[in-house]
Amino acid sequence: MNFFPRPKSRLRRLAFLFFVIGLPARAGAHLVTSGLGPVYDGMEHMLLSPDQWIMVAGLGLLAGLNGAAAGRAALFSFPCAWFAGGGTGHLIHLPLPLLIPGVALLVVGGLVAADLKAGRKIVVAVAVVLGFLQGYLNGVPPGAVDGAPLALLGASVVAFVILALGAGLAVNVEGWRRIVVRVAGSWMAAIGILLLGWTIRKS
Amino acid sequence: MVIAVVLFPLAPAQAHVQRGGATGFTTGFYHPWSGWDHILAMVAVGVWGVQLGRPAIWLLPVTFPVIMSIGGFLGLIGCPLPGTEVGIGLSALLLGLMVAAEARPPLWVAILMVGIFGLYHGHAHGTELPPNEDGLSYSIGFVMATGCLHGVGITLGLVHRWKTGTIVLRIAGMVIALGGAFFTWRAML
Repeated sequence: MNFFPRPKSRLRRLAFLFFVIGLPARAGAHLVTSGLGPVYDGMEHMLLSPDQWIMVAGLGLLAGLNGAAAGRAALFSFPCAWFAGGGTGHLIHLPLPLLIPGVALLVVGGLVAADLKAGRKIVVAVAVVLGFLQGYLNGVPPGAVDGAPLALLGASVVAFVILALGAGLAVNVEGWRRIVVRVAGSWMAAIGILLLGWTIRKS
Repeated sequence: MVIAVVLFPLAPAQAHVQRGGATGFTTGFYHPWSGWDHILAMVAVGVWGVQLGRPAIWLLPVTFPVIMSIGGFLGLIGCPLPGTEVGIGLSALLLGLMVAAEARPPLWVAILMVGIFGLYHGHAHGTELPPNEDGLSYSIGFVMATGCLHGVGITLGLVHRWKTGTIVLRIAGMVIALGGAFFTWRAML
């Protein structure tokens, strides 16, 4: 069944586009239940949390800048660490400092901006540490929801996809494209610094 | 007609101030565009970067948002920075003069200068940030808008490759410097 038939005329396409853009309602990032089950809830949670997916995308860029081997290693180590951290958070329920998302953005963005030739081991170490911490932060809130492991699995899958896209974009880029990636990293670092300020202000 | 009909229901129907990610982003994105003192300085950074060539063309626009966010951080946590408004006015004045004179100081001097001015701009933004906004969305919009303003400067600066364009940029630099002088004078009153 064709749920979304392609409009034919240009005017109708524009109208359709505006209609689709206008559809999404304001959404909170935490504990949103889509009604499609915990896996999709986890995916949705990840996609609606910019602090998380920007960091994951930044990590992908960092891994890509360090070559295909580092990209491949981070691609699998990060989601595993994320899932492990989520599981740990789900079991322990011990809250971590709220500054972690800001620090994570700052570290990843700074490393991308600096175009650090860190090598595969360092990239994997960064991916594992940040993946575990971010996963842990995700694991604590879903403790109250049924099917938390599946929600974490969904979030890990999205993390895998975002990281793959980031790494794919940045691998083997040279010249002005590499500069664009580094500028993006500096923006992430700047967002991380401001996020730290917001967090301290709120607390 | 179809567009109008489709867009009509999207108009905000709530009478109250909205909160959340979308409003945080738009507020943050709008903020750097809200004052000519900010706009002039940030555009001047981009233009000056083009005049200086590589690597300043991207190093200056990278330095400014990062140091500006440090200034924003200081403003957010309540750390005072004396003479903020004067510093912002001076930033437009001096950066305009650099563009007008097509000055070519050592790269580290240019970065230091842009960094110091970025600190003032960021601090002003940090102290003016509205409470109860979504901090993350606000920050994303804020940094993106700053980058866009630098992008505007870089785009305008591309006329530098032509001789007439060089002159136009120098005149633009003088206009920016005049604007900066006005804002500095107003801040000192």
